[in-house]
Amino acid sequence: MNEFFSNVDPGEIWLATVDTLLMLGGSLLFTVLFGLPLGVLLFLTGPRQMFERRGLYRLLSVLVNALRSLPFIILLIVMIPLTVLLTGTSLGVAGAIPPLVAGATPFFARLVETALREVDRGIIEASQAMGATTRQIVVDALLPEARPGIIAAITITAITLVSYTAMAGVVGAGGLGDLAIRFGYQRFQTDVMIVTVALLLVLVQILQSIGDRLVVHFSRR
Amino acid sequence: MSAVRAGKLGAFFFRPQPESSSRARDVIELRQAGKTYRVDGRDIPALQPTDLRVAGGEIFGLIGHSGAGKSTLLRLINRLEEPSAGRIVVDGEDVTALDAAGLRAFRRRVGMIFQHFNLLSSKTVADNIAMPLQLAGSLGRRQIAERVDGLLARVGLEAHAGKYPAQLSGGQKQRVGIARALATEPKILLCDEATSALDPQTTAQVLQLLDGINRELGLTIVLITHEMDVIRRVCDRVAVMDAGRIVELGPVGDVFLHPQHPTTRRFVLEAEQIDEHEQRADFAHVAGRIVRLTFRGEATYAPLLGSVARDTGVDFSILAGRIDHIKDTPYGQLTLALIGGDIDAAQRRLAEAEVHLEVLRA
Repeated sequence: MNEFFSNVDPGEIWLATVDTLLMLGGSLLFTVLFGLPLGVLLFLTGPRQMFERRGLYRLLSVLVNALRSLPFIILLIVMIPLTVLLTGTSLGVAGAIPPLVAGATPFFARLVETALREVDRGIIEASQAMGATTRQIVVDALLPEARPGIIAAITITAITLVSYTAMAGVVGAGGLGDLAIRFGYQRFQTDVMIVTVALLLVLVQILQSIGDRLVVHFSRR
Repeated sequence: MSAVRAGKLGAFFFRPQPESSSRARDVIELRQAGKTYRVDGRDIPALQPTDLRVAGGEIFGLIGHSGAGKSTLLRLINRLEEPSAGRIVVDGEDVTALDAAGLRAFRRRVGMIFQHFNLLSSKTVADNIAMPLQLAGSLGRRQIAERVDGLLARVGLEAHAGKYPAQLSGGQKQRVGIARALATEPKILLCDEATSALDPQTTAQVLQLLDGINRELGLTIVLITHEMDVIRRVCDRVAVMDAGRIVELGPVGDVFLHPQHPTTRRFVLEAEQIDEHEQRADFAHVAGRIVRLTFRGEATYAPLLGSVARDTGVDFSILAGRIDHIKDTPYGQLTLALIGGDIDAAQRRLAEAEVHLEVLRA
């Protein structure tokens, strides 16, 4: 058995795992930071909504769709100049985060928009009848009501980001995906491949169960 | 066709009607207010230009089938619906002229409850009730808690403060809705089909609560419904709506007992579960003059029929009858067949006794 896993270097695996977690955490943070307001804006400016702005909604939609239609592997390469401008490097964890955020933000924003649309319109009407400002309606009524949906959206986005981090390995980002490609694939070290895949699988399972638990915790229906 | 009445008959029998008081006490006034939706370049009228006055302290009912425009009219009052024509004056203030900030401040003085309650599922009962106060931001945390406690007691939900709406029954949810609507101590309460999602027993309890609030707080209530029974139980005056206009308006007693417009008649028959055709077929077999007597107030319980029959020699048989209440006023409606004796004298005696008499068949 030990013979079979002879290529597996625990130190190397550990470093790659930490890199993956750093990429995931960093990119998820910025994705939520940018995606949540973008999702709210998409919702508010959408058809028949409180702040309907046809032109702005169409512009945002085209932008979001454009970024989403770009395969992530292409986005990674296309963004290299911008990434260097932002972080000073296109390599490592720092170099991976800008394309990860650019790839996941539009996706997450659409999920937020959908979660907000799920909120009963009566809630908006009741808030308006109470004399709430648009900001109050969003912060005090819509976001709390959509919280389970938004948590589910964060979970799905996190899992998507895990697979994106693996792809980022192609352009020298490091992490478990990088390990799988460089050793597992290019050097035919099947044992490394198995270990990295197993670790990615465990990571996704953990993320999903944390997300599910939070959704249940915050659902009052 | 319009049958707007002055309500003199009602004022005679019922407790003093708000309508007879001076115009200055009108709390809500619509002046040629109307609403037209633009869909695909075409104008679809939801509410024809309408005049309406609601007096302070009355419970005013709007009844109509879905699409009659009652929901639009109700939402014009707090401008949840922007009027496309006319003016709306509430408490002396021209609501149509308010800017966004003025409108928000105005809406805090008008409570509203909804058919589907529209409570926040993510907040507890107490937090739902506190919400209008937190949005207004003028009270401190302790004052808000005190006010919420008082409101919970008023609607009888003290034991449920920490629960979430999903844990409550429909009637309890509407009580939370009522408490929330009263949180900012408004002068006006708008009720949007507030009992339509509730069973009959719960409906009665919620109506009782609204009636109590109206009496104790002097709150003006405007409610919309498609059930005549809701109007009969709590309203002082009613407007019947059909196809975007008010077709009949007056004190509930007048409109309920002597409906003029076909739409009103349908609502009343629905409420009393009378099939007009069936009734006419039944009467065909009966001899004599058929009249319908309507008693109101104390006359309902007076031993009138017996003495008239004795004095005039008229025999009568009761074909249909109902004794009930319109709000607090008892009323009776009897359909009789009069046979033999001096029928005209009997009719005169009944008319003198403050009984409304209608000849159904001579």
